[in-house]
Amino acid sequence: MSEAQHGSLRLRVDRIEPVTPEINRYTLSAEDGSWLPPFSGGSHVRVLIPFDDGQTRRNAYSLMSSPYDTSKYQIAVRRIHDGKRGSITLHEKVREGDALLVTTPANLFPLSKHARHHVFIAGGVGVTPIYSQLDELNLKGGSFELHLAVRGPEHATLGRELQEIYGERVRLYGDGDGSRLNASDVLAGRPLGTHAYVCGPARMVDDVIGAAHAHGWTDSNIHFERFEDLGSTGAPFSVTLARSGAVIEVSPEQSLLEAVEEAGHKLPYLCRGGACGECETEVLELDGSIDHRDDWLSESDRCTNKLIMPCVSRATCTKIVINA
Amino acid sequence: MTAIPRTTDFTADETYTPEGEYRFQNSREAVRRLPFPFPDDEYMYSMNLEPHVAAGTGALRAAFDIDEHYVSECAHRDQMLRDMPGVHYLALPHMMEAQWDMLELIFESYSRDFPEHFTLTKNGNEWRWQNRLLGIDDSFTFGDPATLPLDPMEYSTRQAQGEFVVLEEKDNTLVIGAGMTTQRADYSLQFNLGMNFAEFHGPVPKLDTMGILDRALKFLLRMKPGHPVRRVNWSLTVNPRLETSVETLPDWAPDRAKVTPENAGEMVYLRIELQPLHRLPRSNAIVFPVRTYLVSLAELVAHAPDWAKRLHRALASLDPELVDYKGFHRYHGAAVEWLAKYDDGAPLATGYPWIEDGIQPGPDSVD
Ligand code: FES
Repeated sequence: MSEAQHGSLRLRVDRIEPVTPEINRYTLSAEDGSWLPPFSGGSHVRVLIPFDDGQTRRNAYSLMSSPYDTSKYQIAVRRIHDGKRGSITLHEKVREGDALLVTTPANLFPLSKHARHHVFIAGGVGVTPIYSQLDELNLKGGSFELHLAVRGPEHATLGRELQEIYGERVRLYGDGDGSRLNASDVLAGRPLGTHAYVCGPARMVDDVIGAAHAHGWTDSNIHFERFEDLGSTGAPFSVTLARSGAVIEVSPEQSLLEAVEEAGHKLPYLCRGGACGECETEVLELDGSIDHRDDWLSESDRCTNKLIMPCVSRATCTKIVINA
Repeated sequence: MTAIPRTTDFTADETYTPEGEYRFQNSREAVRRLPFPFPDDEYMYSMNLEPHVAAGTGALRAAFDIDEHYVSECAHRDQMLRDMPGVHYLALPHMMEAQWDMLELIFESYSRDFPEHFTLTKNGNEWRWQNRLLGIDDSFTFGDPATLPLDPMEYSTRQAQGEFVVLEEKDNTLVIGAGMTTQRADYSLQFNLGMNFAEFHGPVPKLDTMGILDRALKFLLRMKPGHPVRRVNWSLTVNPRLETSVETLPDWAPDRAKVTPENAGEMVYLRIELQPLHRLPRSNAIVFPVRTYLVSLAELVAHAPDWAKRLHRALASLDPELVDYKGFHRYHGAAVEWLAKYDDGAPLATGYPWIEDGIQPGPDSVD
């Protein structure tokens, strides 16, 4: 299996396919042909997108390829004109044969293990995590259906691809037949043990949650992906390592520990989740405050602002120097 | 850097049972590569977890270690499974995904770390597995249990050294969902299946009060795929007996009374348990493997004299409560007395043998 270096995998872009006017599908594999870390349906990776000015963005993309084939990862990228230029850089600058740094997969959108029936509702590029989830269910013999809304026939390629594999179980809305997806209709009259998964624009997510609640569903049966749920993400800040003097930028989507590792330095760790105490690090200088998010430090430790757990905690500060 | 020199002789005709007269022996090589678990003269019970990354040239070089006993241990497992069906291998029905995770983890690790013995070839989810030590060459579809002769977990762990307990996360605790345990010490898989963390861990003296178990559970729940951790544990046992489960207690318990200060060198074995914990990527289950190494006190003295001295000091100063807990109070004294003859009191290095400056086996020459 490919080993992550400084927390990320170096992958080669094998293939770039435009699947809609706005979406490209990228097929990635390890440069040395080794196997990639396995993942479960609904997982995502973060792609490190380098900008000309030396900055890096870390955009999250769901894995679309089969969880049972670790020779490649596939992601779909929609070009978004949001001023952050991450997806546009991928579209415009990255070519087949290029190398990309990608984090190891994580799953914030896993399938329920106890559902008797899975109902997926998606809009546009929101179908991507569902690709791997359907693969997983299909192999395990799980019962499912997908309702996918698209903005017109030229945007329906991915939906039609799934229809070809799963037939009737995939229903397309907006593919030129005038149909519209109505979340309330889809969720009405479902038997107990049905789980719903929604992935799409914020409005769609709200709609589905609202409709499910109106039908008396409990939250444990409604699933959606919130990237901001990652316990260690937040506003960017920079940290100085006292021993080497290195100044490291911690971006919004990574933890302090990950940023330090990516820069080629080492910190002790075990759980990477704020529970074991292993990464406890002394704070030597601080201009601002620490956002403690661990389960390790005591209340009094926190108040002193002399210790930080880099695997989860962050700082809101103009300066922080840690003893590392 | 290889853990097993290409010349390793796999000893196929060893036994771990009284019927087989405990035909079991370690080569000098095998002793000196052990994950010796005593970093200090005084032993302190702790969770002593560390990241499970490759270290040194011994047992910790590989993700899952094999040694010269591989073939005989697999044969022993087969025997145990046939003798007592339904006792040593169990899996709850919804654990199938975790079973595939296990198979993948073991086969990938073996083929990467011991390519001279194992080859895994993948073509999408069509896999071919070659195990030259056991003469196995099978093709199957990853994820489709119908293409394997046995459950994926039974199939893979029958070809693996060590035992495996798979825990699943449920309501913020961990519950045993599957296990292959033909070597378990004082433990019953049937009895523990479905139990949660606090229940199956049982009372460990001094641990509960220190809140260590709570912390350990919290820690396990936070573990992430791709970041395994390990600990080494140990005990003493009489004879090279791998399986000392509750079910077979009448078979092995009486041997404990036969140890004397004269025969302890041959009869008493240090049982080292290497436990590399992994979060499994698809099922999100946690696997708790225990790779057991047996070495007699006499073998330690002959092949790793410094480790024998360290063991003497650690046993001599061991907290009586821990002696009881580990179940060797009947022959603890005899073992210490026997080892004392080989301890000159010279200062020894501190730290595990696989870290820089840690305690090494001792002078590298036989007599
Ligand atoms: S690594 Fe465990 S608390 Fe940070």
